[in-house]
Formats: sequence, structure tokens, C-alpha cells
Amino acid sequence: MTIAPTQAPAEKGVQLVVRSWRNYVVYVGFVVVFLYFAATQGASFLNGTTLVNIVTQATPITIMAVGTVFVLSLGEIDLSIGSTVALAALTAAATLQVSGAWWIAALAGLAVGAAVGLVNGLFVTVMRLPSFLVTLATMGLVAGLAQQVTNLQSVPVTDAAFGWLLGGGTLLGIPILIWWSAVAAVIGWHVLRQRRFGAHVLAVGNNASAARVSGIKVTRVRIAVFMLSGTTAALAGLLYAGRLAGATYTLGTTDLMSVLAAVIVGGTALTGGKASMIGAVVGSLFMSMINYGLLLAGLTVAQQEIVRGVIILIAVSLSLRGKKGS
Amino acid sequence: MNPLSLSGISKHFGGIVAIERFDLEVEAGEVVALVGDNGAGKSTLVRIISGVHQPTDGEIRLAGERVAFRDASDARANGVEVVYQDLALVDLQPVYMNLFLGRELRRKPFGLLDRAEMARQTQQLVDDLDVRIPTAKAALGDLSGGQRQAIAIARATHWASRLVLMDEPTAALGVAETAKVEELILKLKARGAAVLVVSHNMEQVFRIADRVTVLRRGRQVGTKRVAETSHNELVSMITGLSS
Repeated sequence: MTIAPTQAPAEKGVQLVVRSWRNYVVYVGFVVVFLYFAATQGASFLNGTTLVNIVTQATPITIMAVGTVFVLSLGEIDLSIGSTVALAALTAAATLQVSGAWWIAALAGLAVGAAVGLVNGLFVTVMRLPSFLVTLATMGLVAGLAQQVTNLQSVPVTDAAFGWLLGGGTLLGIPILIWWSAVAAVIGWHVLRQRRFGAHVLAVGNNASAARVSGIKVTRVRIAVFMLSGTTAALAGLLYAGRLAGATYTLGTTDLMSVLAAVIVGGTALTGGKASMIGAVVGSLFMSMINYGLLLAGLTVAQQEIVRGVIILIAVSLSLRGKKGS
Repeated sequence: MNPLSLSGISKHFGGIVAIERFDLEVEAGEVVALVGDNGAGKSTLVRIISGVHQPTDGEIRLAGERVAFRDASDARANGVEVVYQDLALVDLQPVYMNLFLGRELRRKPFGLLDRAEMARQTQQLVDDLDVRIPTAKAALGDLSGGQRQAIAIARATHWASRLVLMDEPTAALGVAETAKVEELILKLKARGAAVLVVSHNMEQVFRIADRVTVLRRGRQVGTKRVAETSHNELVSMITGLSS
């Protein structure tokens, strides 16, 4: 670590403004895009059903974003979450057919996610390999397993309790998926900001050797975070299976980009040590709103992908530009 | 009983002898400087006392009690704190989180981080030590190099019950910042701490230390009272050349 020279006050002031602007990119972007869709599409965008749909469609992304905030805070990355979604969903659906108990199915799905995370964490810590390479490999491995396990067949989910709790239910008039998002976001924020674990994750991500000499169990923290990431991906998979009343190996395959974009646009640094849980949640709503708005605008799938890519590129450059060196 | 007493400390790495039969006593309220050329074994010695390395032979006693640390946290739990030259701090966290890193205060009954109390104690500590920082809630990375090293020393002061080890605490600092850190070291001494400081800087040794011990290629050449030695004598002890 180097010691930065003392900066002139004026320069520091400018930096402070630039820095805080970057922290708010996601909120400004959210409002701007919201107003744009509201203005161009009027009532077809601005109605209760659409707005509720934007939040419920965002739910799997929001939940994976919570896990990914911890991973990026650590200065690591988890590319295997997209394929973990499918494997966990298929495992849960298959277990449900065999056991008939929704909770056994749900636990089996979550256990698969935690196991993928454990494997990632062990390779990153014990073998000291870069998480980018480890999770790139497990991404393929898990996707292969998901295809193998049911021979490319989709598995229906007919259990009423599973479908209510992890899909179409409502509680106090609010869709259950919104509850899931809210609970995940609140727990994520709480652990990151109010628990020792969150403080340790940020410390390890910022300066692992400082964390180690301060008595923080760095290896344990890293493995726990990868397991958390795998588990949130598995939960997202269960929610897909519940909502769509079935699981296939294609679930979640396009989610990785959305999750990373949501978290980064939300103000969490790729380099570790700096995180925003609220930013990540708003980021995931932002991604969902773009998806929905572009669909309403009548763009073809190909056009949607192009516009989405451009919007993410702009948002990410605004939130990351000039961050090197500090 | 002296806070630190080392007798016959040796360390071999494979066939290489890093330290050979090192003896030293550090009294309470005393600053002892450890000097020597690059590769003389100074940092190895600090790592042995702080539990990072285990000695091949010899005894470490803290206040008369024999200790054998498994690792650095074990040493910390026994009241040995280290100030590293590369600042073992976390830039993106507030000053108070750095002070309590790995030992965060929590609030009953739910075990939430007690940020307010950590900030309050930090503010009190930096005020006591006359370390000038904007606020205990400032991000550490926004402070100057001198302020950050002062925070590292304040942290050691706060947690050390017996001994503070410093491995070149001013190596990366400018003149004014070095002066401030030296002032802080003298304050530690005035509070009755035992301080062992590795230094490359002869003028600094004469400014802050009571005694100085010299290492050359892992061997302890001698220990002198600073008042009874000279710059030239120390240099010839360090290099092995007569002046």
C-alpha cells in the first residue's frame, strides 16, 4: 500500500463532489429512465400492474444481487450464480416429485447452492486461485450438471404450498415475491452494516493482510461469502421454479450480466472494500424496469439486447469512471 | 518483572540461520531501538515476538511468564501489539472501525455493531494522544500518511497491555510527520509502555531510544545505552568496519 500525498483542499472538494455523484448514479438513472418511459408510454407503463410486475420480475435478480454485493465487497467475483439457479431449481423440482414435501425440496435446492459456493470458496482460499477462473470453471461445470441431471427435460412443480410460497402467493395483499425481495434486501443490509461479519468482509476486501494481522479469520470469511452467494442463487432458482411452476436447465442463464450490472451500477466497487446494498437493490429494479419498458416499447428481442447493453455501458462508465488509483 | 525478556532466541529457516542467540530485556517505560543493516534479522525478530514466526530455540517471557504464541492473534490476546511499516489499516473504513478492527464493539442484546460507542472511544483516544484528525468518523484513506501512522500507533496504545513493537514506523513518512510520530512514541513511553522499535534512522534512535541493540547478519553485536554511545560507534557495530 502506498501513502497518497496530502491533497490541496480544493482538489479534495472536487473529488468529494465527483465521488458522491458516482454513489448516486443509480438513483438518478432510475428516475430518469422511469420518467422517460412514463412520458413516452403513458398509461401502459404507469399503472399498478406494470409497476408490481417490474418489482416481481426483479426478485431473482434482487436476491442474487444481495449475495453478489458481498462477493464484490470481498474483491472477488462469482460467475457461477447463473448456472446455480438452474441446478438448484431442478434439484428442488425433482426432490419435490420424489418426496412430496415442499420444505425438503426447498432445503435440497438451497443445499446445492451452498455446496457450489463451498467448492468455489475452497478453490479460492485453499488452492489460492483467482475467483474469476474458479467460478468460470464451475459456471460451466454446474450448467453441465443441470443439463445432465434431468437429461435436458424440464420438471413440473405442482405442489400448491411450494407454488404459493415461492411463486404466486400474496401476503397482506402484496405478492409474495415482493416480500422475498424486501426480506433479502433488509437482511443483506443488516448483515453488511450492522454485523461484525459485514465489517470483516469489507475489511478483507479492502486490505486482506491488514485484516489478517488484526485477527480476522480471512479464509473463513471468504468461504462463507461464496456459500452465501451460492445460496442466494439457489433461492433465486427456487423462486423461478415456483413462479413458472417448473424448472428447466435454461433458467437463470442470462441473469449473470443483469446481477453484475445491478450491483456495480448501484455503487459497489469491483475492487472490493466498498459496497452499497440499497444501491444494488435499486440497481436490480433499474434493470427490471429497462427490460419491461423496452418490451412495452415494442422492440424485438435483438433490439432490446442492444439497447440494454448500451444503457448498462453508460451507467457502468458513469459509476466507475476515474476510480483507478484511489 | 520486565514486560519483555528474550533469552537465547534463535531462528533457523531450513539450513539458514536468521537469528542466533538473541537476548534482550525491555523495561516498562523504556524505548529500545533495534538497528542493523538490511537482512540483519530485525523484522524476523519482530515477527518472532509477535507470534508470526516461532523461534527455533530460546525463551520469550512477558512479565516473567513464559509464552509460546501460535500466531499473531495469540500474541495480541497476550497484550503484544505491532505497528507495521506498511500500515495494517483499512483505507475505505472509518477511523474508528480501524481502531477496533477484529475487535469490534457490539451492543446487547442483539449483537449489533456499536458504531457510536466505537467512535466515541476513538475520539477520546485521539484527543488524549493529541492526534489531530477531522473526526473519528472520517474515512482512513482521507487522512495523511502521518495521521494514518498515528492512528496505527493509537490502536496499538489502546490494545497493548504490555508491549508495543514497531517495525520502521516512520519509514514512509516525511519530516514533519516523522516528528509527530516520534512525539507519540515518547507519549507511549511516558504512559509506561515497553516499546521495541526497529529503525534505520540513526538520528531517530538518538532522539527517542533509551537503549539500542545492534544486529549484524543474525548475530547480536551489542547493546548500548544511547547516552553512552555515538553515531560512529553504532555505524561501525552495524557494518562491522572500524571507523
